[in-house]
Amino acid sequence: MSTAPRNGVLVHIEGVDKTFRRGSEEIHVLSNLNLEVKAGEFLALMGPSGSGKSTLLNLIGGLDRATRGTVSIGGDRVDQMSDRELAGWRARHIGFVFQFYNLLPVLTAERNVELPLLLTHLSKAERRKHVETALHVVGLDHRTSAYPRTLSGGEQQRVGIARAIVTDPTILLCDEPTGDLDRKTGDEILSLLQALNRDQGKTIIMVTHDPHASHRASRTVYLNKGQLSAEAPE
Amino acid sequence: MKYFLLVASSLRRKKLRTALTMLSVAVAFLLFGVLAILKQSLTAGIDVADASRIIVRHRVSIIQTLPAAYEARMERLSGVADAMHLTWFNGIYQDPKNFFGNFPVKPEEFFSMYPEYVMPEEEKAAWQRTRNGAVVGRQLADRFGWKVGDRIPLVSPIWPNKSGGAWEFEVVGILDGAKKSTDLSGFYFRYDYFDEGRTYGEGQVGWYSVRIKDPREAAAVARAIDEEFANSYAETKAEPEGAFIQGWAQQIGDIGAIVTAIVGAVFFTILLVAGNTMAQAVRERTEEIGVLKAMGYSNGLVLGVVLAESFLIAGLAGGAGLGFAWVMTLGGSPVPAMLPVFYLPGRELVVGAGLVFVLGFLAGILPALQAMRLQIAVALRRQA
Repeated sequence: MSTAPRNGVLVHIEGVDKTFRRGSEEIHVLSNLNLEVKAGEFLALMGPSGSGKSTLLNLIGGLDRATRGTVSIGGDRVDQMSDRELAGWRARHIGFVFQFYNLLPVLTAERNVELPLLLTHLSKAERRKHVETALHVVGLDHRTSAYPRTLSGGEQQRVGIARAIVTDPTILLCDEPTGDLDRKTGDEILSLLQALNRDQGKTIIMVTHDPHASHRASRTVYLNKGQLSAEAPE
Repeated sequence: MKYFLLVASSLRRKKLRTALTMLSVAVAFLLFGVLAILKQSLTAGIDVADASRIIVRHRVSIIQTLPAAYEARMERLSGVADAMHLTWFNGIYQDPKNFFGNFPVKPEEFFSMYPEYVMPEEEKAAWQRTRNGAVVGRQLADRFGWKVGDRIPLVSPIWPNKSGGAWEFEVVGILDGAKKSTDLSGFYFRYDYFDEGRTYGEGQVGWYSVRIKDPREAAAVARAIDEEFANSYAETKAEPEGAFIQGWAQQIGDIGAIVTAIVGAVFFTILLVAGNTMAQAVRERTEEIGVLKAMGYSNGLVLGVVLAESFLIAGLAGGAGLGFAWVMTLGGSPVPAMLPVFYLPGRELVVGAGLVFVLGFLAGILPALQAMRLQIAVALRRQA
């Protein structure tokens, strides 16, 4: 699998439908959706609650499968991979940042960050080096041995970002990364994401409700009733 | 190995719950160990029973005596290599609570009949020389602090001494066992000293131990012995030593069946407790498992991590329980009169280790499958 962008396009989504079943009822979340994201882009994905933003993010990250259509990341047909292939692909190419940080409370910051590296063939010393670097990038060199319960929300999210970037993934997928933070701390997190995009060329797709957050992105698209548009819905 | 910290750290999540679960598993395996020790102690005679020995007793009851003259008649029978008689002396040392088995025997035949007992040659010779000489098992000697040369008075309510006082014995040797399971709680002294000193019953003995030439002929030889003394005033009942000892042990029930039933019930209960704990732990960590999968942890790896957690709990707690049971035996039997053979046999440790494995697997497999099948999007949506 290459995951090399073709014509600068890293994420190529075409004709995607996503339908959930609730009892006998079918819920169409995404309908014939098309999207392209270029390598190095910082895309904000906005839309009202229930519009399918997180579902779209899950499809891009290989966490869920489209009912119909094509999901291609750097030429890799994510929609055609088996569960096992998807797991390996995610480990190599995707970094997730969650709204509620999702750190393991029984592990220190550095052990949390190390988790994705356990899936690699790196030695213990090499893993430690990568962890130190990632925590340095997010400005948490001094809290490596801290447990999540002793960290503030902003610090926990920084650990979450360090965990997402420690394997140097192709794409960062952020699901409302500032949704659980106050404005000031949220701004710090957004600045960090911007820096990762600007200085390290990370492609970032960020789901957000917050227009203020979306202004930090290089492009914003809106999802409404299963369809994407470049303009905010009325 | 690199996932060990991830597995082990899960045990710290709910420390009290983990501790209580581990305690219950440890207690269960301690119980298993104690029952195994008890079973071994009560059936040790069966394990060490010599297939080439037959026990011959009075047909009515073992408390009825047999003539000492039967020995020569039995030795003349085809298939019999040797016969030696024993008698229940019931000697009391200082206090009836100091119970131990004591028997008059023929020293010149004792070691060939019971090769599981070993003793230095000079002590054997001393026994031959000393009319009131007695040899005692190592465990019994340790229990009362006896050593060679000590004089031991025993009072027998069954066999009074002609002198009207206690029977006086001199310890001339200490018996050791060729096997770990050899009963070393016995006290043996010379039959001629006993026969001449008793006030009645001269020429009468308790029962016979008969060595046969071919263990495969045990049933035929036993039948021949019983036929030899049929229609006499002291008819016999001959049976293999193992069957004889098992008959004694089963007077309090089938030890093996009792142990199996108790261990089975405890094991099943602990399985429910541990299984419920594991399932609960997995349910509580649905989001975390979803996050691990999102990072790229495969379904198989998640299954392995959860199963390993279950194995770790069962291994640590079960190992502790078995280990504690083993440690209990290091100081010897707390009731040597009742349980002279007191140790946890290696085969029971292996069975215990197997049960630890089975417990770990059964308690962990359903939660592990549940974690493996967990859909990531569903797990993450649950949190949102």
